[in-house]
Amino acid sequence: MIEKFGSLKAVAIPLDRGNVDTDAIIPARFLKTIKRTGLGEGLFHAWRFDESGKEVPGFTLNKAPYRGGKILVAGENFGCGSSREHAVWSLMDYGIRVVIAPSFGDIFYNNGLKNGLLPVPLAAGEVRDLISQLQESPGSEISADLPAQTVTGPDGKGYPFDIGSFPKECLLKGLDEIALTLEHKGEIARYERDGKAKSPWLFLDI
Amino acid sequence: MPTIIRKIWDRHVVTERTDGMCLLYIDRHLIHEVTSPQAFEALRLAGRKIRRPLSLLAVPDHNVPTSADRLERIEDPDSRKQIETLRENAREAGITLFDMDDIRQGIVHVTGPENGLILPGITAVCGDSHTSTLGAFGAIAFGIGTSEVEHALATQTLWQKRPREMRITVTGATGYCVSAKDLILAVIAKIGAGGGRGCAIEYAGEAVRRMSMEERLTICNMTIEAGGRFGMVAPDETTFAYLSGRPAAPGGAQWESAVADWKTLYSDDDGSFDREESIDASRIAPQVTWGTSPEDALPVTGVVPDPSTQPDPRVRERMERALRYMDLRPGTRLTDIPIEKVFIGSCTNARIEDLRLAAKVAKERKVADGVTAMVVPGSGLVKRQAEAEGLDRIFLEAGFQWRLPGCSMCLGMNPDRLNPGERCASTSNRNFEGRMGPGGRTHLMSPMMAAAAAVTGRITDVREVL
Repeated sequence: MIEKFGSLKAVAIPLDRGNVDTDAIIPARFLKTIKRTGLGEGLFHAWRFDESGKEVPGFTLNKAPYRGGKILVAGENFGCGSSREHAVWSLMDYGIRVVIAPSFGDIFYNNGLKNGLLPVPLAAGEVRDLISQLQESPGSEISADLPAQTVTGPDGKGYPFDIGSFPKECLLKGLDEIALTLEHKGEIARYERDGKAKSPWLFLDI
Repeated sequence: MPTIIRKIWDRHVVTERTDGMCLLYIDRHLIHEVTSPQAFEALRLAGRKIRRPLSLLAVPDHNVPTSADRLERIEDPDSRKQIETLRENAREAGITLFDMDDIRQGIVHVTGPENGLILPGITAVCGDSHTSTLGAFGAIAFGIGTSEVEHALATQTLWQKRPREMRITVTGATGYCVSAKDLILAVIAKIGAGGGRGCAIEYAGEAVRRMSMEERLTICNMTIEAGGRFGMVAPDETTFAYLSGRPAAPGGAQWESAVADWKTLYSDDDGSFDREESIDASRIAPQVTWGTSPEDALPVTGVVPDPSTQPDPRVRERMERALRYMDLRPGTRLTDIPIEKVFIGSCTNARIEDLRLAAKVAKERKVADGVTAMVVPGSGLVKRQAEAEGLDRIFLEAGFQWRLPGCSMCLGMNPDRLNPGERCASTSNRNFEGRMGPGGRTHLMSPMMAAAAAVTGRITDVREVL
């Protein structure tokens, strides 16, 4: 289900908050679906809308210059908390393809890679720098170049970022990870055969 | 010399790539109704089979109502649909299901352990971040997203990066009315909500050795609230005694070989950790959170902190935001905060020992006027045990609701939830904005502390009640 990612230049949205948890990204009541689609409506619901369902004008996503932004720049530990992949699906359904932050919740980071949402970890100072530029000139663009592993800020300054070589290749080519793993079918079967002989209690049926 | 984490990890590596990613064999996979349907659908679309259906357990917990009439009707059609979908997927694949009418149904992280599904030395996953709970047996257990659920279903493996390793040593003995929940809240306050990111955390030290399995499960459960990938306690006689005779645990001669193997699972004395922390249990008071992150925990004897004393403007801003959301003023004594709802339950604190402790406080006392208090056992088996001990009578006589098992109010996904502005004393694990319902305000604490809040109507130092 991975959506290819190569490079992207787009309006970036500053969300200057740390510990943005996945309950904030998409509240649990929006998880009552058996599909992956249509979750953008629930994105940051409690922050985007008031109790009557009207948009909160001061919230960053609702401000005119940031509308249609595809890159989110946020504080540390983004996507902490619940493992819900719906958080990634809702960001992508809304149109976000890149999240830049000083750090990410581990499960969110993985979920992003599996779907084609690029998580970009940068140093805290670099993220602060980008956020202040975006706040000073709302609507300005950031570009993210996966092959070069670099994001470029509105002022033209480039920031290199880390990503594993395998997830990078999967993202670039839109590879099906399960198909790749199934190439190891023989090794998995051998592991099971050896394991059953050595530690049969690990293979008890439920 | 290896740590227990490395020992178990190395046993499960099917193959390792040059970039350091390991294809890790998964022994046990638990699924629930919220994060699995899309995985089954994707497998169907790709024409893929589930590799080892009998290594799985399916149980509905997030959506299920906790009211007595839930077998007759689930009002919310979307919840009903998710539960039915789990049922159909399990039937089609031949996966064991603890359905709503099964005494074993309950919160996945409660029912898995009590049925003996989680053993020392195994790898276990579930599409739920609180899978870290299961590390209490000395297992590598971690939460995954739906894509990884799909991958594990199809291949019985996951690609994982070796974790960094942290040891948290708990020294000393806990004081009067101080529980495992207080300890882990104090740990999270100390290392921060992101302090364990990328890490496997082993809990060690005399205080941990003395803990029951229930207490270890509580500690490991909240590892994820410090950002940790897995929490773990090395197995010992307490672990073996707990597992002996459980339905899915090995029996007979196999039991003997298993225990002999499990005894080799410990960190060697010179096991090198990437990071070491320690905490003195004797210095920890009952804890309560004031803000919207689990790291916002303080001793109940404290006051709501003052953001203006914070030098870092970002920290100040976050605190101000949390105080606005929680509608609290700096300097207010925590014990002066009135509460309207009390929730005793969740995968953190809904096991039999938790209910026994809460009942000790509830006994011969009354829920304060204007407070709605509920006790939600973690599983049907916990509920039955509690009823056999008369705990349900104690709670009901005190004015608590005694409900059916499920995740209940912890995540605001089923009919149990907070209304906007309501303030709750809760034994759950997350005080995030809106977690227990839009606009709801959550104060995390132990079962005894929550019961004390129920009988006084405000946050209370349980040591003054008992």
